Amino acid sequence: MAVHSTSDEHRELPAARISEAAPPPPQATFSSYAHDMWRKIITGESGVLPVVVGLVVIGILFQSANSNFLSPGNLVNLLVQGSVFMLLAMGEVFALLLGEIDLSIGFVAGISGIIAAELVKGTIGWPVWLALLVALLVATAIGALQGTIITRLGLPSFVVTLAGLLAWQGVMLMILGNGGTLPINDAFFNGIANASIPPLWGWLVMGIAVAVYGLLIWSREHRRRTSGLVAPPSSVTWIKIGGIAAAGIALLLIANANRGILFPIEGLPWVVLLVLAVLALWSFLLGRTAYGRYVYAVGGNAEAARRAGIGLANIRTIAFACSGFTAGIAGIVYASRLQSVSTNLDGGQLVLYAVAAAVIGGTSLFGGHGKALHAVLGGIVIAAIYNGMGLLGLSAALQYVVTALVLLAAVTVDSVARRGKSH
Amino acid sequence: MQNSPSPPLLRLEGISKSFGPVHALTDVNLTIREGQVTALCGDNGAGKSVLIKCISGIFAHDAGTLYWNGKPVHISSPKDAYDLGIQTVYQDLALADNLDIVQNMFLGREVTRHLTLDEDSMERQAAATLASLSVTTVRSIRQPVASLSGGQRQAVAVAKAVMWNSKLVIMDEPTAALGVAQTAMVLKLVTQLASQGLAVILISHNLNDVFSVADSIAVLYLGTLAAHEPASSLTRQKVVELMTAGRLHFGIPQEERHHGSA
Ligand SMILES: Nc1ncnc2c1ncn2[C@@H]1O[C@H](COP(=O)(O)OP(=O)(O)OP(=O)(O)O)[C@@H](O)[C@H]1O
Ligand SMILES: [Mg+2]
Repeated sequence: MAVHSTSDEHRELPAARISEAAPPPPQATFSSYAHDMWRKIITGESGVLPVVVGLVVIGILFQSANSNFLSPGNLVNLLVQGSVFMLLAMGEVFALLLGEIDLSIGFVAGISGIIAAELVKGTIGWPVWLALLVALLVATAIGALQGTIITRLGLPSFVVTLAGLLAWQGVMLMILGNGGTLPINDAFFNGIANASIPPLWGWLVMGIAVAVYGLLIWSREHRRRTSGLVAPPSSVTWIKIGGIAAAGIALLLIANANRGILFPIEGLPWVVLLVLAVLALWSFLLGRTAYGRYVYAVGGNAEAARRAGIGLANIRTIAFACSGFTAGIAGIVYASRLQSVSTNLDGGQLVLYAVAAAVIGGTSLFGGHGKALHAVLGGIVIAAIYNGMGLLGLSAALQYVVTALVLLAAVTVDSVARRGKSH
Repeated sequence: MQNSPSPPLLRLEGISKSFGPVHALTDVNLTIREGQVTALCGDNGAGKSVLIKCISGIFAHDAGTLYWNGKPVHISSPKDAYDLGIQTVYQDLALADNLDIVQNMFLGREVTRHLTLDEDSMERQAAATLASLSVTTVRSIRQPVASLSGGQRQAVAVAKAVMWNSKLVIMDEPTAALGVAQTAMVLKLVTQLASQGLAVILISHNLNDVFSVADSIAVLYLGTLAAHEPASSLTRQKVVELMTAGRLHFGIPQEERHHGSA
């Protein structure tokens, strides 16, 4: 689909002889860039405003109600709880970018967790890596199957994945039996969400990650600046790198503080690294590859994408497979955190949290706008609400109502922002 | 076609297309030659856009055959059209609003290096193409197309189509929203593409533009081809007659002469 650059691919434009080559674009100054950024935030175009406002409000609200809310121990706990939402939301972003929705991912995650747990249990005893691999493959296949039904039969994704939600819940109940629980005894499996990186190693890994990211972004933006392409001023590049470094340091300081009560517990949970790795993978796929470009194109104007020769059915099916794969990872993390899988897993609630997280983070329900990063940021907001309500001892009934209100608020913000832009 | 030394680039034979009860095209025969600008005229709803969409692989025609260089071809998808060397500027422009100018211009034909997008080289080529079309009013080539004016969007769509090496360029009302300088540039480009040996199909309601660049003029009337004549043998008045009546009947009143040539 994508072509390699060869000189004979492109027309030597006749008109190019008449007028001179493109004048170099005026280099953006810091103030013009900051002004632009501010406009994007205010108009809702950048999508981060709800996250920032949401986090500040939630932080103040819950901290004043319970002074434990912002303690290092609870913040780490919040991140681990949130990792399932963040992963599921990253899967949901694929569907939302296309202007579709995937309601099945909550129970697809459940199926993935069950398969992994079944395969490692004593009577079967597969090596854990193989069990996890099979679970992920099945989750991906489920996504691909639903995607195929949606694209080849031309059915609405809402209906197909709603059927998936019911069907996979049924399969889960069949495997576990009503009210059944499947404990997990494998140390590696349980360690994914419960073990932590030793503090020193944490610093090392985070240092390397920040350095690599900083080098990539600096070399890219420097190259574009020096060759006269559209690029932010160097001060902005440094602010970005500084921001990432500050976030990394803050994360490590919180995670490496002793959060144990009887005996010391410290270090960054492995699952946080897992979330960051999935974030990097999907950011790369969506932002730097032709496939990712086609996902945005299909979500923005499917007919234009079709006329550009893009195979819509393949792009959509692969996106649903990616959604299933990411849900599979989330299911493994979910099982690992509880060290078991049980029929208590509420895939319906999970998927609503995932949609809410993606939309709060800035991904549009109307297709074409969104990033994997939005899912992670929105996942933190959702986790904070979920965690805070738990700390306050709110009833499950009230938690459902609050979740629904948060989802409605996020969708309203999205709808208002998009409407404001298109007129 | 063995008797002719060089068959025309594209020949349409008996092309028909209906949407349910609506006969958008009925038995259209048309010959498109290399190095020539063929103007396609007709009233609103005459079937111009449907005809070029049948050539571009957007619609499948119900009956008839397309011959490319004398050989029958099936253009069943936009990709087939690209592969033959057909580039189209659609009347609705077919741009993705959420993508920026560069991303739209290279959509479906991204330049990649080691599996990743080569944004720098795409941006350079897009900037050069836009500059050559005198499109200098866009604030940034990296702004989403949603934020452009109607004329700027049209200029992007034209630039997108002429950037590639192709054999046939189809433009469906490419200058309808353009300013004076950009219109002149596009018309100049049309004649230059033809002088380079390409075939160009130009749809326009502006008969001044049509007569200034077209080598031949085809007129569609209610889905049928009313005429396809060399531009030198036609006048504005005759074209208007063909567009409005589907045939020439002499003695049309003077005041109707420039009707439709806005
Ligand atoms: N997708 C479609 N479905 C149904 N009917 C269609 C479709 N596209 C075009 N038509 C019909 O086909 C006929 C020809 O339309 P077409 O768009 O080719 O007109 P046109 O000559 O391009 O007119 P204009 O100058 O207004 O662009 C019209 O009657 C129109 O209603
Ligand atoms: Mg038309």
